[in-house]
Amino acid sequence: MEEIIFSGNIPAESITYFAIIIGAIFVNNVVLAQFLGICPFLGVSSKVETSMGMGAAVTFVMAIAAVVAWLIQTYVLVPLDIVYMQTIVFILVIAALVQMVEIILKKLSPSLYQALGIFLPLITTNCAVLGVAILMIQKEFDLLQSVTFSVATAVGFALALVLFAGIRERLDFEDVPRAFRGIPIALITAGILAMAFMGFSGLV
Amino acid sequence: MNKLKIVLSGIVKNNPTFVLVLGMCPTLGTTTSAENGMGMGLATMAVLIMSNLVISLVKNIIPDKVRIPAFIVIIASFVTIIEMLMKAYVPALYASLGVFIPLIVVNCIILGRAEAFASKNNAFDSVLDGIGIGLGFTLSLTVIGSVREMLGNGSIFGWSFGISDYTPLIFVLAPGAFLVLGYLMVLFNKLAKR
Repeated sequence: MEEIIFSGNIPAESITYFAIIIGAIFVNNVVLAQFLGICPFLGVSSKVETSMGMGAAVTFVMAIAAVVAWLIQTYVLVPLDIVYMQTIVFILVIAALVQMVEIILKKLSPSLYQALGIFLPLITTNCAVLGVAILMIQKEFDLLQSVTFSVATAVGFALALVLFAGIRERLDFEDVPRAFRGIPIALITAGILAMAFMGFSGLV
Repeated sequence: MNKLKIVLSGIVKNNPTFVLVLGMCPTLGTTTSAENGMGMGLATMAVLIMSNLVISLVKNIIPDKVRIPAFIVIIASFVTIIEMLMKAYVPALYASLGVFIPLIVVNCIILGRAEAFASKNNAFDSVLDGIGIGLGFTLSLTVIGSVREMLGNGSIFGWSFGISDYTPLIFVLAPGAFLVLGYLMVLFNKLAKR
């Protein structure tokens, strides 16, 4: 049973970039199949526009976090033989990184900061960013594969978020029974969306 | 009496899963069976109690500005300890919970309780709060895991009813997690509002 749910532990050599991309976006969608980043998925998905902003911000941070995490793992943690410090180091690096991205963006591109700014603090506690960093190390990807994997995962996150927001915008006009309103109906909707995504399984 | 109230409020009134809706990722991701759900709940509870204790003890030493990073380092240290212990003593559970064990560090329940309770109360009360919220989380995860295992696999805690050929596997797979949690929340709302 576990093999079906936590699949994807194929040796790194046999994975082509195409397979990584399709796998991360559709087959093992980060939200709907791996359950990472559920909080923003439920919290920031009431409008299509905001969910696009969140998706863009996550893509941006995830790509940079992947590069930094890979470099730290390969050139600091492994040579010094302190791989057990991974969790502590990664979470600090991601938190610092988000702060830095926020400051740099504010200086260099105020318009982009306007669009993404409010989402950035939320990303520190987004478990998808840390989750992807840990997963790509586990799968023993090289640098380019890691970046491909994390960008594709982020695109999958954005896709799920936008699709879900589209459905929720319509749900607002429906007469939902009282006990179902809010989070419960959102979860059930997500369940149906996850079922649709199961159609992709076996593709890669 | 008042001490008992701290523990009990975490289980019902402030139930982290059904009322506060926090820590959804492990709730959905690890409840493929009753045993996995319970294991995840207990691991989170252990981290929560220890981090609540330490944070309430050092709260006056930490400057207010670097409060959050300091909390994260404390939490991450305990997560690493739990991770190593689980790897050594329960390797099968460790393997099936996978990436969700290091991800305890970003579980909003733990940082939330550190900020909302442990940084304002004494050590004893903070431990009690950790026990209460931890028990609430463990119970919720065990219930969700049991329901999914019964519906999807026809068994509970690995003890089979002998009907596993006729049960829809979908409840153990990803969509089942969303559906079961959604309907259990509806049930909780219905019972709590009456």
